[in-house]
Amino acid sequence: MPPLKRLLLVSVLAVLAATASYWAAKGAHTGWSQNRVPVSKTDEVTGIVFTAYEDRFVPGIEVLGAGGLAATCLLVAAIFVRSKKLSSPNS
Amino acid sequence: MKKHILTVILSASLASVAQAAPTAFDFKDPKGVNAIQFSLDSMLEPIAGTAGGVAGTVTFDPAAPGATHGKIVIAAKSLVVPNATMNEHLVSPVWLDVATNPEIVFELVKLEGATTAGNVTSATATGKFTLKGVTKEIKVPVKLTYLADAFGKRINKPEVKGDLLVIRGEFTVNRGEYGIQPGKNEDKVNTEVKISLAIVGSAPKA
Repeated sequence: MPPLKRLLLVSVLAVLAATASYWAAKGAHTGWSQNRVPVSKTDEVTGIVFTAYEDRFVPGIEVLGAGGLAATCLLVAAIFVRSKKLSSPNS
Repeated sequence: MKKHILTVILSASLASVAQAAPTAFDFKDPKGVNAIQFSLDSMLEPIAGTAGGVAGTVTFDPAAPGATHGKIVIAAKSLVVPNATMNEHLVSPVWLDVATNPEIVFELVKLEGATTAGNVTSATATGKFTLKGVTKEIKVPVKLTYLADAFGKRINKPEVKGDLLVIRGEFTVNRGEYGIQPGKNEDKVNTEVKISLAIVGSAPKA
């Protein structure tokens, strides 16, 4: 296997692992990415439950999708990397 | 003696009239808790958010809840959803067009079927609801909780006198009827928008 092909295949695995790890570590949110995270709080005197927002990024499935797309591109590139032709003994 | 009794009766009457007097509650909350919440189903997950720019005044008399009247105004630009891109779309001319329609308004026309248990009054509020410049009359089941002398405690100044009025309600509107992408994207974003509110008004006493 040519070194470039090997490098590309390793990159595919690395991109997939890195994306999945990042997504899981940030909460494994199965919806769209969030730029602010809603948090429920209660006003003690009135009993009103209200939403406050924490300014932090939570990656959603489009981040997973982008990682998958990047890995697919690398895989396609790896497929098109040709192996060296073995020279025929008769030529 | 007669004069003394008359004075006592007169004082008691005045006191009861003063207690039963309608009070105007300001819904611009000093603690910033007030918000309406909205949600609608969409393809991947429900779109849920809040609008915190609540203002307006409601006049309420615990002795005559049926006479309640007032108006709640929401600043349309205060609408927030967790995804920033979605937020931009929401306030853009394509969806709510907040630049042209800066206010979402509920104006109470009448309060019907008011029943009070303790300090909680349940009723049906009929009012004019304005969204994206379109006004329609709607009915909303509401609960009004009257918290006498709770204003000071809430702002951590017990020496300050005043009352609170909490309004809770929930209703559904069809976005198409209010000119929000009528007949469009219905396979991606549901037409029904669920709106709920739990807001508090303050009436400090001088």
